[in-house]
Amino acid sequence: MTVSHAAAGGPPVAGLSPGKRLVLLLSRVWAWLFLAVMVLFFVVAVPIVGSATFVSIRNSQNILVAIVPIVLLGLGQTFVIISAGIDLSVGWVMSLGSVLSALAIRGSASFGAPIWLAVVIGFFAGALGASVVGTINGVIIAKLKVPAFIVTLGTSFIVRGVALLMSENTTVIGLPDIRAYGNEAMFYYVRGGGDQAGFHFLHPPPLPTDMLRQLDRILQWPVVVTAVVVAIVMFILHRTQFGRHTYAIGGNLEAARRAGIPVDRRLIAIYALSATTAGIAGFLSTLEYNGGSAVIGDPLLLSSIAAVIIGGVSLFGGAGTIIGTVIGSLIIAVLTTGLVMLSVPAFWQFIVVGVVVIVAVLIDQSRDLIVGRTSRGSES
Amino acid sequence: MSDPILSIRNLTKRFGGLTAVKSVSWDIRPGEVVALLGDNGAGKSTLIKCISGVHQPDAGEILFMGKPVHFATPIDARREGIETIYQDLALANNLDVPANIFLGREMKNRYLGGLIKTLDERAMLKESQTALDSLQIHFPTLTQPIESLSGGQRQAVAIARAVYWNARLMIMDEPTNNLGVPEQQKVLELIRRLRDQGVPVILITHILPDVFAISDRLIVMHRGRKVAEKKTSDTDAPELIQYMMGARDDFAAAAA
Repeated sequence: MTVSHAAAGGPPVAGLSPGKRLVLLLSRVWAWLFLAVMVLFFVVAVPIVGSATFVSIRNSQNILVAIVPIVLLGLGQTFVIISAGIDLSVGWVMSLGSVLSALAIRGSASFGAPIWLAVVIGFFAGALGASVVGTINGVIIAKLKVPAFIVTLGTSFIVRGVALLMSENTTVIGLPDIRAYGNEAMFYYVRGGGDQAGFHFLHPPPLPTDMLRQLDRILQWPVVVTAVVVAIVMFILHRTQFGRHTYAIGGNLEAARRAGIPVDRRLIAIYALSATTAGIAGFLSTLEYNGGSAVIGDPLLLSSIAAVIIGGVSLFGGAGTIIGTVIGSLIIAVLTTGLVMLSVPAFWQFIVVGVVVIVAVLIDQSRDLIVGRTSRGSES
Repeated sequence: MSDPILSIRNLTKRFGGLTAVKSVSWDIRPGEVVALLGDNGAGKSTLIKCISGVHQPDAGEILFMGKPVHFATPIDARREGIETIYQDLALANNLDVPANIFLGREMKNRYLGGLIKTLDERAMLKESQTALDSLQIHFPTLTQPIESLSGGQRQAVAIARAVYWNARLMIMDEPTNNLGVPEQQKVLELIRRLRDQGVPVILITHILPDVFAISDRLIVMHRGRKVAEKKTSDTDAPELIQYMMGARDDFAAAAA
């Protein structure tokens, strides 16, 4: 006798009405659609209000630069939230990364290190310094069983104090001129006529001062670094055992333990990763502003969590993608830039982002209702 | 008769002043389904948890494949081939069938001399298909999160996982609870198939029709003691109920 499970109903998805299947499909791709519709709207609306155009090299590059810190904070947060946790410390950890990298760059330069070496040292100081905080978060959460919300709230205050103490409550200045690493780009484009018109690789053409406004930087270095980090964490989350375990821990912690997954070690690594991407964000802000700031990260925490949620990561854990988080960050940045270009008072962006976050969660829940998914976790 | 796979000798477990399991002895042989019956609080779960490594017995011994074993954790018991399938299944509903079958033991591709390892999704899918085929379990697709499967289908995934990882003794706790009738039949059919492949199954249940449908032997517990051990064909439901209520006791003399 053959046990035909398909005959007994099969997966509900296959038996859904076309209408429900459409809703299900929309729930998966709505963020992409929303981004596309929004861009279209601004493309049409911006020229009506003013003389600017929304889609331009300069504007697109501005948006990319703007999303760098949100994406980086969101990347680590994506792992954390998929594992059914939360990391409230990443904002201040980014600040700590900025201060640490600035101090390291200034210090190593004062010992005579060439600027490129000082920058490399600054990168490791920011990233590794931050990862120490993440490791502490992870150990307390995994070993001492304190809820992630409480632990990361606590360390966020501690890190805030440490960052402000180290920076002596002011911007860390006196660095060698490292702006080239923060502001220069992979490609350059010169608009208009002249001998230098067109694309240039790595080095900007020598331009007379009056033509500098016609120079666009394409793929500035922080954007390139972020793209590399995005590629690495995509690989980790979607192709490796570590990524698979992250999903399993968020989907059913007890099942993960029973399956022999070293849950504690994985959780510690997840929180360390989260802090590390925040530290890299801090390092990049140091490059961009040629100084370390202990207050740069805090305002970005909620935006980065919003980006993760808009990108479809379930706050219950167990679901989400890296590309979703990047799309979520883009939605926030396009929204902000577009509203500014429409001369809408800047405060409206908060209201719109708030509405989008709530809609995103509603869409995620409607999907659960259709698939008949029960609450995730120990129950099955 | 073949040698027992599992032998329990005078096993006792106490919690403070309460003796949950009193000097129970029991043998399980290859290719048999043994039902473990008893009212709530009779000591069934405690006995099973001693076998699966959740509890450590206070007295008596457990012999597995002829040698004495002491399991400190359920993971130790699993490593030896004692697989317990609980009601809550221990599957990750957000992952697909191969991810669940290989959970914690994923197959990997190795690059750059093992420096970079990726999940070998294709091999895991193929192996999962083979594992399910061997139990004649058929799903239309394996690559959807199992939250879209029915309770019985998920039960089947849990069983297939245990079989794939060479379970030598399967303990199933109320496997047909919360399932519709057709699904119950399929799970029972799977248990029969496990037995036919030589894997003994301990079935904890209070559903008497299930007991008569698939078990070869049964033991009944009452207040921590074994009060009956019978071939299923030698008894009937009214008699079992008397044992479960404590009205009959085949081992009263031994306990006195």
